[in-house]
Amino acid sequence: MSIRYGSLAGLATAALVLSAVATSGEELERKGIPAPPGHVFQTIISGYQFRTKETRALQDDDLENPGFLAVERAADVWKTVDGGEGKSCMSCHGEAEKTMKGVGAAMPKWSEKLNKPVNLEQQINICRTEHMKAEPWAFKSKELTDMTTFVRFQSRGLPVAVKADGPMSPWFEKGKEIYYTRVGQLDLACASCHEKNNGKFMRADFLSQGQTNGFPTYRLRDQRLIPLHERFEGCMFDVRGVPYKPLSDEFLALELYVAWRGIGLPVETPSVRN
Amino acid sequence: MRRLIPAALLCVLLSATARGDEPIRLDIVDYAIPKSLTGAPGNAEAGKKVFLTRTLGNCLACHQVSALKSEEFHGEFGPSLDGVATRYNTAQLRLIVADPKRIFTDTVMPAFYKNDGLNRVRPEFVGKSVLTAAQVEDVVAFLETLK
Ligand code: HEC
Ligand code: HEC
Repeated sequence: MSIRYGSLAGLATAALVLSAVATSGEELERKGIPAPPGHVFQTIISGYQFRTKETRALQDDDLENPGFLAVERAADVWKTVDGGEGKSCMSCHGEAEKTMKGVGAAMPKWSEKLNKPVNLEQQINICRTEHMKAEPWAFKSKELTDMTTFVRFQSRGLPVAVKADGPMSPWFEKGKEIYYTRVGQLDLACASCHEKNNGKFMRADFLSQGQTNGFPTYRLRDQRLIPLHERFEGCMFDVRGVPYKPLSDEFLALELYVAWRGIGLPVETPSVRN
Repeated sequence: MRRLIPAALLCVLLSATARGDEPIRLDIVDYAIPKSLTGAPGNAEAGKKVFLTRTLGNCLACHQVSALKSEEFHGEFGPSLDGVATRYNTAQLRLIVADPKRIFTDTVMPAFYKNDGLNRVRPEFVGKSVLTAAQVEDVVAFLETLK
């Protein structure tokens, strides 16, 4: 009996060691794109590359990927009239497949009118309130996350291409400052985990570069799509810090800066993560 | 009005003491804390629990320890702590756990016995250190067993 237990334990240890070896093997294969000169990384790597085979397979199969339910739901809403003007998204923009191509890859984008950058969620709500005379959708609502996913999906495969110069410069600098500022009782910055320690385990969590090209991302643990600013909130909360508010100027600046850290990565929306 | 302001101030001061959040001052000598934070030695068994508990030390989030092989998932941010008691004496280990940035500037390892000078701390943790003085002593006693 004790011998059987002993050998079982031995097997379990062997399996652990093997899986550790397999992970570092995969690490070598982790594919990325070369970063432009002056960038913080030499190789920019999508979060996809840090996930297990099973999770990647789910993302790769449009029929199995649970994020596609949102794309389908929002495709209907795109054509549905709402608000005082009697318009749908389609009334102004026509076929999303044509007119929305590339839009999500370039967000956040400078708005001359508001004299600040706007991200995709904000732009969708600007269209609703100003052009449709409809109520804005709440952040984290199914409607807003679905539509954000649908519009970003029209850029799938296109490279992330944010503009960080001109009037965006101060926002970029602000985002960079936030990225490197330690927060919370655990006193960690975004960079502590995603720059210094990507490719390493933090207990059961395997750290990626914290790239944003897959957002909104379907999280298996939550069984729903997570918008980017909710992820930011979660990361700050976990170090026992007070997160900034979703859609705040701070998170918008951070969104711009982190998008720049992933410049050139293909948009993967809707991606799947654990 | 003239009386309200000092009353409000007093309130803030009182609540600060009630929560026990006077800033912790460490007695550091030569990159070490020679004196026990509680005046008494710690308990290694209790320290092992603190070391493992996710809401307390959660040290395995970042470190590997062969003696704790039966635990799943050892983190990789920091070095293996095997034999750590042969590399540092008790006084040094105490400072490493209490406030590692005093030794390893810019480390990602959190300070476990520090309660001020931090940024955007969640209200329920404001003025509190991650571990109590007694828990730090227990963890140090556990580290002492890693020879
Ligand atoms: C204590 C460690 C830690 C800190 C600090 C941290 N994160 Fe994360 N972050 C994680 C973990 C763990 C995950 C999930 C695994 C992964 O994708 O890296 C994650 C995931 C992410 C993702 C999703 C990546 C993907 O491919 O889906 C983004 C984006 C991100 N973090 C951004 C940030 C930003 C911005 C900050 C600072 C405000 C930050 N993180 C701070 C641990 C951290
Ligand atoms: C978020 C990550 C993290 C956590 C959590 C953490 N450490 Fe560390 N620790 C590190 C890193 C990284 C180092 C290496 C020092 C440096 O940054 O140069 C280190 C170094 C040490 C050392 C010195 C090791 C040597 O051989 O030089 C000791 C001892 C130690 N840690 C103990 C602990 C204990 C005990 C806990 C929990 C109460 C803990 N650590 C929690 C990241 C961490």
